Amino acid sequence: MKFEATAPIYLQVGDAIKKDIVTGRVKPGEKLPSARELAIQYTINPNTAARVYRNLEQEGICATRRGMGTYVVEDSKLIGKVRMEMAQHLVLHFVSNMKELGFSGEEIRDLIKEEK
Amino acid sequence: MLESRNVSKSFYGKTVLNGVTFTLEPGKIYALLGPNGSGKTTWMKLAASLMKPSAGEILYNGESVGVQTRADIAYMSTEPFFYSWMTIADVGKYYADFFDDFDPDRFRTLLSKMELPQNLKVRTLSSGMAAKLKIAATMARKAKIYLLDEPFNGIDLIARDQITESIITSLSPEVTLVLSSHLVEELESIVDTSIFIKDGNIVSICDIEDLRTTEGKSLAEKYREIYFANGGNEK
Repeated sequence: MKFEATAPIYLQVGDAIKKDIVTGRVKPGEKLPSARELAIQYTINPNTAARVYRNLEQEGICATRRGMGTYVVEDSKLIGKVRMEMAQHLVLHFVSNMKELGFSGEEIRDLIKEEK
Repeated sequence: MLESRNVSKSFYGKTVLNGVTFTLEPGKIYALLGPNGSGKTTWMKLAASLMKPSAGEILYNGESVGVQTRADIAYMSTEPFFYSWMTIADVGKYYADFFDDFDPDRFRTLLSKMELPQNLKVRTLSSGMAAKLKIAATMARKAKIYLLDEPFNGIDLIARDQITESIITSLSPEVTLVLSSHLVEELESIVDTSIFIKDGNIVSICDIEDLRTTEGKSLAEKYREIYFANGGNEK
């Protein structure tokens, strides 16, 4: 995975995992790789990998069961929630970039309608 | 814990290290960064107690480094250090004789992970294979501190990934890893903290994730800012 310079690596890996959940590649209730496996998979520092899970736990996306590992929480609303959060984040980013280019809200809406 | 306290080293009147102070904690991977000739290798050789500092001291768990600390501090130099007539299996035996903490099982595991056949002669190895063998022999020691001088020098992409994996899997809460490099890209995602050295002086010590959070900079950008007079200030 290629990391962007401007965001912490733990957040970028966290986003990749969220995307896996939204697209169904990882299911609610499924066991996630250990922090060490995650470090190898993404070629990241093992402490950063542990931080990825700590952060996802705080966001209520996964939970660590003592001695068992880390699991995606079994919540039917989770996928919708994560999907919406990621969409909002993308829209926010898109709109602020467009406004920087001088587009008004209406112009942005028109452009989106044209783009199918 | 490894503490470098005001360490200086001169060779024939030329100062190579000039009052270098920093502390390395267990459970972390450090990058020691700087262009060639900035003093990285000299510091590692001092920490491995292969040389004595001209001033200052390096302490391992409060004790000055010396013959007795060598058992806990594994150092991998940039020079090839195996006899050319040896096979890879011989290198394992040679290391087992030399170091009490050498774990032959771990050596074999590392060799197979890095796809190094044991019957090959050192003489016939490509530079990538030789680099992997050095890593396997060094990381097969059950040391507490690993000092790896330029582990990614002159190797291809696949060897680099294999070496990176061996490094990542070697970290544990009681182990400290120090990787020196004059290149930053391959270290960017795998280290906790970076120590920048320039002309024998420590110019910056920073946590990689903090750097991204607070300054919005990658390690490569920080490197350019420090070492190239006109770089990094475009924004």
